[in-house]
Amino acid sequence: MAYDKFTILRSTAVPLPTENVDTDQIIPARFLKATEREGFGDNLFRDWRYDVEGKPKKDFVLNDPTYSGKILVAGKNFGSGSSREHAVWAIYDYGFRCVVSSFFADIFKNNCLNIGVLPVTVSAEFADKLFAAIQSDPSTEIEVNLPEQKIKLLSTGEFESFDINEYKKDNMTNGFDDIDYLLNMSSEIDAFAASK
Amino acid sequence: MEKTTLFDKIWDSHVVKSVPAGPDVFFIDKHFIHEVTSPVAFLNLEKRGIGVKNPSRTVATPDHNVPTVDQDQTIKDKLSRMQVERLRENCAKYGIELHDLGSAHHGIVHVIGPELGITQPGMTIVCGDSHTSTHGAFGAIAFGIGTSEVEMVLATQCIMQTKAKKMRISVNGTLGPGVTSKDIILYIISKISAAGATGYFVEYAGSAIKSLSMEARMTICNMSIEMGARGGLIAPDETTFNYLEGKQYAPKGADWDKAVAYWKTLKTDDGAVFDKELVFEASDIEPMITYGTNPGMGIKVTENIPTTEGMEGSNKTSYLKSLEYMGFAPGEAVKGKLVDYVFVGSCTNGRIEDIRSVAQFVKGHQKAANITAWIVPGSREVEKMAHEEGLVKILEEAGFELRQPGCSACLAMNDDKIPSGKYAVSTSNRNFEGRQGPGARTMLASPLTVAAVAITGRITDPREVFHN
Repeated sequence: MAYDKFTILRSTAVPLPTENVDTDQIIPARFLKATEREGFGDNLFRDWRYDVEGKPKKDFVLNDPTYSGKILVAGKNFGSGSSREHAVWAIYDYGFRCVVSSFFADIFKNNCLNIGVLPVTVSAEFADKLFAAIQSDPSTEIEVNLPEQKIKLLSTGEFESFDINEYKKDNMTNGFDDIDYLLNMSSEIDAFAASK
Repeated sequence: MEKTTLFDKIWDSHVVKSVPAGPDVFFIDKHFIHEVTSPVAFLNLEKRGIGVKNPSRTVATPDHNVPTVDQDQTIKDKLSRMQVERLRENCAKYGIELHDLGSAHHGIVHVIGPELGITQPGMTIVCGDSHTSTHGAFGAIAFGIGTSEVEMVLATQCIMQTKAKKMRISVNGTLGPGVTSKDIILYIISKISAAGATGYFVEYAGSAIKSLSMEARMTICNMSIEMGARGGLIAPDETTFNYLEGKQYAPKGADWDKAVAYWKTLKTDDGAVFDKELVFEASDIEPMITYGTNPGMGIKVTENIPTTEGMEGSNKTSYLKSLEYMGFAPGEAVKGKLVDYVFVGSCTNGRIEDIRSVAQFVKGHQKAANITAWIVPGSREVEKMAHEEGLVKILEEAGFELRQPGCSACLAMNDDKIPSGKYAVSTSNRNFEGRQGPGARTMLASPLTVAAVAITGRITDPREVFHN
């Protein structure tokens, strides 16, 4: 489905420096029972966010009113494990539009790009800078500029460039998805299949 | 002529078109679907007003979310029932082959694909499940995809993929007694970390790999994703051909000869270049077990949990958080620790050889009183063989509870959950927090180690049990 266009996002951010956050943490398997893509945000980080009785755990960052925003700054190797796209649906549904990390798991990154959440890979040093800036001042704003492929810490002006292939960049800035592209080359695919 | 790898040969022959400064339009030979990651894809097809392009290239089975008891009755859990019913409806509507609950070939999607001979060398195979890498054991390019990509494959038989970098991992020599293919892969992941192969497609090679059975090879390829790899594959050989010959969907007669002739060309050329090469010695590998909350946190059963020496910052914090969850301290031994549950099953180790090895090990013995032992065959076919070979009887006499096929306690979507705080030694593939149930503490190991733990009730080196 065509999704939101992404060009420039300016927002405060939520820091989650934990490393190796797998998609079972982002959304546990028992919440994958839906047959529609709705309401996953309520269970984002479910078992880190709520105790067994369903009460919010005070020490988890999403329950800390100090932090909010459309950008999630995450630790190294974010989104490993299960290919469940539900993890990105939950992140999107909660309100995030961009995830920043020094290292993403492959399938998670693809899933992000496929539904219009921008995964931004930064250096470990820049990630540390972001964590420090957000934690010392939660009102710190970050600007993610997709056309220029730059992520900037607005308080200091420090920035870093990030990679994204031109095709995906074009998709995200225009709100296109891969199926639109593939459907348009249906005859080429048919010819290929026939030659096999 | 350019020297190419096995991965190159299969990949390049499936590229419909390379998008300039973008991914490849990649043709998919075989698409497996299950009840959890497909419903939204079908829903979106309807919203777009399009159908399934080539239903004969898709095969379905419900596995993730199905009960492992009373499979002949209506599923009690409403949401699970709805997912399974939706899969049935979608398969009926679009004419997709379904191996339904209770049918002769029902089972975990990565168990039934090979078992039926649907999985073949040289194919490109995807499924909305990260353990699709299992099928790479046949010399296929197989990997997990998200639901948007499931939709792409249903709609167009293609996905948009950037070609991964290439890594070769060779394991040479002979495995010691009591050491299995599960130990090989847990060892490799412990050496290179849970993210050590991210961005790569891995070819497994070397004499130790070549000597493995197809089922043992599947265990290795299955866990490729646990080191971040896009997938893993092994060049097909006589072991592969012997496994496939006569299988229901394998080519027959002259087609078989033609297929084998092609399959024999599927190997990495001498002198082909990989982006990364790693070499391990089989003799260095011992029975392995994980102690933390990602599959990279593994040690030999006889080793102590690593200390935090040399760690700092979020690396150290994350490590300590993980150990706290597990109830372990840095530097302590795992051997001898009490265990509550053992689980034998999953797409990693739920095949007949796994069940045979557990049954042979526990034959004539009783599980320890503190252990609840679940054994869940990967498919109906495996279950049937286990009965016919008398394995079920041996296991039940030893105190194991046999359940019906499905993913079960590997991801605990159904009722097969390990209670909070309890320790489970499991033949499955993930030890993430809460993976086997909220608060459950999972330690991954081989079927042999799990069998030893079941008998002693404690973390045990299988080589030290029943030597006489």
